[in-house]
Amino acid sequence: MSSFVVDKDGIKRYAVTVNVNGSDYTKVIKANTLLVNLLRDDLDLTGTKRGCELGDCGCCTVMLDGNPVNACLVLAIDCDGREITTIEGIQDGEDLDIVQEKFIEHAGFQCGFCTPGMIVSSRALLNENPSPTEYEVREAIAGNLCRCTGYVNIVAAVLDAAENL
Amino acid sequence: MKQDYSYVGKSVDRNDSYGKTTGHAQYTADLKFPGMLYGKLIRSTIAHGRIKSIDTSEAEKLNGVKAIITAKDVPSMKWGLSPARFDENIFCIDKVRYHGDKIGAVCAVDEETVYKALKLIKVEYEELPAVFTWQDAAKEGAPQIFEEYPGNLNTEIHHHFGDVDAALKDAYYVRTDKFQGQRTYHAFIENHASAAYWDGDRAFLYSSCQSVHYVQYHLCRVLGMKMGNLTVRQTNVGAGFGGKLDPTGLDFAAVILSKITGQPVKMWYDHAETFLNGRGRHPMTMELTTGVDKNGKILAHKFDCVLEGGAYTGLGIASSYYAGSLLGVLYLIDNYKFDCRRYVTNLPPCGAQRGHGQPQPRFAFEHHIDLVGEAIGVDPIDMRLINARKGNSITTAGYEVKSYNLVGANKMARDASGWTEKRGKMGVGRGIGVGNGGFVTGAGFCQYRTDYPHSVGMVKIFDDGTRAYVYSNAVDIGQGSDTVLMQMAAEAMGYPYERCQMVTGDTDLSTLDFGAYASRQTLMAGWAVKRAGAEVKKKVLAKACEMLKASGRIKEGFGYLDGPLTPEDLDCVEGIVFVKQEPAVKLTFEEVARKYFVDHGVLLGRGWYHPGKLGGNHKGAAVGTSPAYSSATQVAEVQVDMETGQIECVDTWDVHDSGTIINPKLFHGQVHGAFYMGVGETIWEEVKFDKKTGKLLNGNFAEYRLPTALDMPPVESLTLDDSYEPNGPYGLKEVGEGATTPTMGAVANAIYDAMGVSMTELPITYEKVWRALRDKKASGK
Ligand code: FES
Ligand code: FES
Repeated sequence: MSSFVVDKDGIKRYAVTVNVNGSDYTKVIKANTLLVNLLRDDLDLTGTKRGCELGDCGCCTVMLDGNPVNACLVLAIDCDGREITTIEGIQDGEDLDIVQEKFIEHAGFQCGFCTPGMIVSSRALLNENPSPTEYEVREAIAGNLCRCTGYVNIVAAVLDAAENL
Repeated sequence: MKQDYSYVGKSVDRNDSYGKTTGHAQYTADLKFPGMLYGKLIRSTIAHGRIKSIDTSEAEKLNGVKAIITAKDVPSMKWGLSPARFDENIFCIDKVRYHGDKIGAVCAVDEETVYKALKLIKVEYEELPAVFTWQDAAKEGAPQIFEEYPGNLNTEIHHHFGDVDAALKDAYYVRTDKFQGQRTYHAFIENHASAAYWDGDRAFLYSSCQSVHYVQYHLCRVLGMKMGNLTVRQTNVGAGFGGKLDPTGLDFAAVILSKITGQPVKMWYDHAETFLNGRGRHPMTMELTTGVDKNGKILAHKFDCVLEGGAYTGLGIASSYYAGSLLGVLYLIDNYKFDCRRYVTNLPPCGAQRGHGQPQPRFAFEHHIDLVGEAIGVDPIDMRLINARKGNSITTAGYEVKSYNLVGANKMARDASGWTEKRGKMGVGRGIGVGNGGFVTGAGFCQYRTDYPHSVGMVKIFDDGTRAYVYSNAVDIGQGSDTVLMQMAAEAMGYPYERCQMVTGDTDLSTLDFGAYASRQTLMAGWAVKRAGAEVKKKVLAKACEMLKASGRIKEGFGYLDGPLTPEDLDCVEGIVFVKQEPAVKLTFEEVARKYFVDHGVLLGRGWYHPGKLGGNHKGAAVGTSPAYSSATQVAEVQVDMETGQIECVDTWDVHDSGTIINPKLFHGQVHGAFYMGVGETIWEEVKFDKKTGKLLNGNFAEYRLPTALDMPPVESLTLDDSYEPNGPYGLKEVGEGATTPTMGAVANAIYDAMGVSMTELPITYEKVWRALRDKKASGK
């Protein structure tokens, strides 16, 4: 159980330590703080987007202990001691990840708002399944809505990335 | 006409590639300023009523609340996007007109406090009867939503070219069909957001909008500010599709709240609120009558259309005109009658969505013309070929059409899709259908009255020549306009594209463009930056000529030059200036630009574009007239489950007559996205409201059903090689919106081919198909 302090209104504030993209951060949060808000507001990692806040669009997708989750549906307090990878942590230093490269090459994005979530979901798929079928790619990103691209170039990018892992 | 270009026609990577794939690209909601407050709008909880009182006292007492504003705190001047119909206030003054109408705004130290404060605000209403359909709004004695629109009639249009009744009398076959469209929503993933701060008497606003210019213009007009005192800026925009063209309540409120509090204020809509902000596609009730000769040639066409507008006009007048104004561009119709009415209702306002007023009328016409063809035994594609417009012609309404190859598009789509082998031959449950469409490449007029050029561009070369800054406030909402504008500017200058940088999204720093709507930017801003680039090149060549002469390098071996070296003897390509007839004699653009800077100061090129006087003299000609028109044909193949009514779109082909393609990769992306929106609207999407209260029922993406990656068919996007538009820079014309307009017709016609029942009401849901199949069985046909 995370340690807590009680504020003047009697509301508990918990100290949590999360490992985000390889670094530990300790923050004091409320029990109802969402992971997406912890990342964006407290850690300034605004690459993770906030769209529907209902788990419908997937633009807030991050990896939690390697699994893709909607950060708007996860309580920050449940992430205490766990590892999170956001879009900012996908690339390896200066070098873009192959998924990022292929998104660029195939123009797998337009407005870019779905893209962080889309890339995280795609990367999570490839970590589990390095040679997915087209259907498996579509299934893996079915929870990531994109209004701009019709997914055509996204699917092409992910399949191409898989070929070049 | 086609030339070898360095950058035009090349699939260069988007300029925003790094930022958007790494999470570093900033959107308005990502911004943070020291001391920033957070704000939201107060919204009406009834559909129609007088505001009796607003009690904010409890909310004001809440720790952390910094300001609460309502109508009494803000200017009362009305605004709107249709010049003749200013009917919207910043906040409702006496009446609310839909469930979710804007009543005021709150700002506080954090998000949570804002939400708490909103709950403490009490608004008392005297509730009035409300209307939620145009049929109810048009009834005798219906509640009046606006004093200025008696009978709730917002506008009516009556166009009549030729003599429809006489031509129908002579027709071999006449048919009337009725169609119903639905209300749909842009459904971009980035919710609207605004952030503002002040510095003395200067305000700065970041807005996730489609036009920094219109936001600046409308805010200044209403707030009584000089345009030079309000800077509108923009970060990346998470798409718009027409839904971010109108300034929002957030834009107004953020500027006012930050003035009152003296602190930066960021405001945002949550997801349901973006639906309440509305401005999506109007539901249209349509009746079409066509008379043809026995070959299928259209002799006359009558189109009666009613738009359900929602509570305010917004762009609705233009939507109404667009419903009827472009049919005569696609097809040769000498006798054409268009009657249209738009009613206001107590729902969020409708406006412009990709393709503007056109997609539903396209759906209706494309299905109707198939039914006409079927009755007289003419194949759908033949029906279209017989009636398609050809280039270099003038429409019945007087619009001048230069390049236009709808015939070629139909033929190519027919061949690519295997139409002849498939149509009517694939058995029950499988079908193939065709639809045509197209769009304007920019509107002929500004949205308010002005003699400004439509786009102004500038190129500035950095002091030592190592970078070119391309200026334009054309708005990249994702379609990739920044990239293609830089490609065109680089081409015109003869400078490496990779060393170009866009200066945009800032009314102070960059140059005027009216923004992203009416598929205008590539042509209009394209002309502006192309001309700016050409001016830079001219200066570079003149300076290079001077340098070469001074260098003495051209004394020997230049026997072919008649006289002294002139700038006309030089060219510049990809950063190298050279003597055309002796390319080995060269200078780098960089060294020439640097010398120019030393001798004259900054190296600048300027360009601008105004479409000038375009065709059409009738009332309303302004909506539909354009420097260039695209055309497009789509073919869709579907599988309908004859038991459950489930529809699967299995394959699609698109041929877009788009002139020169500046960036094929981005071009095809536009086609994919346009088809995606169109197929969503055909089968799944509809915004729904409670029939009694007018309350939004499905303002989320679980219940407003966008197609997922599993629903989306492959799209084969094809182009016509010889397409070239003389009115467009480098011969280009639009793609972004036109490609949405054939989709509903193509998919609906495929569904008809598959199941043999004509579906005339959008969206063609599985349930509707199931019911139609059941009824067909019951009737024994
Ligand atoms: S913001 Fe989390 S799923 Fe949409
Ligand atoms: S790129 Fe715009 S939502 Fe996917």
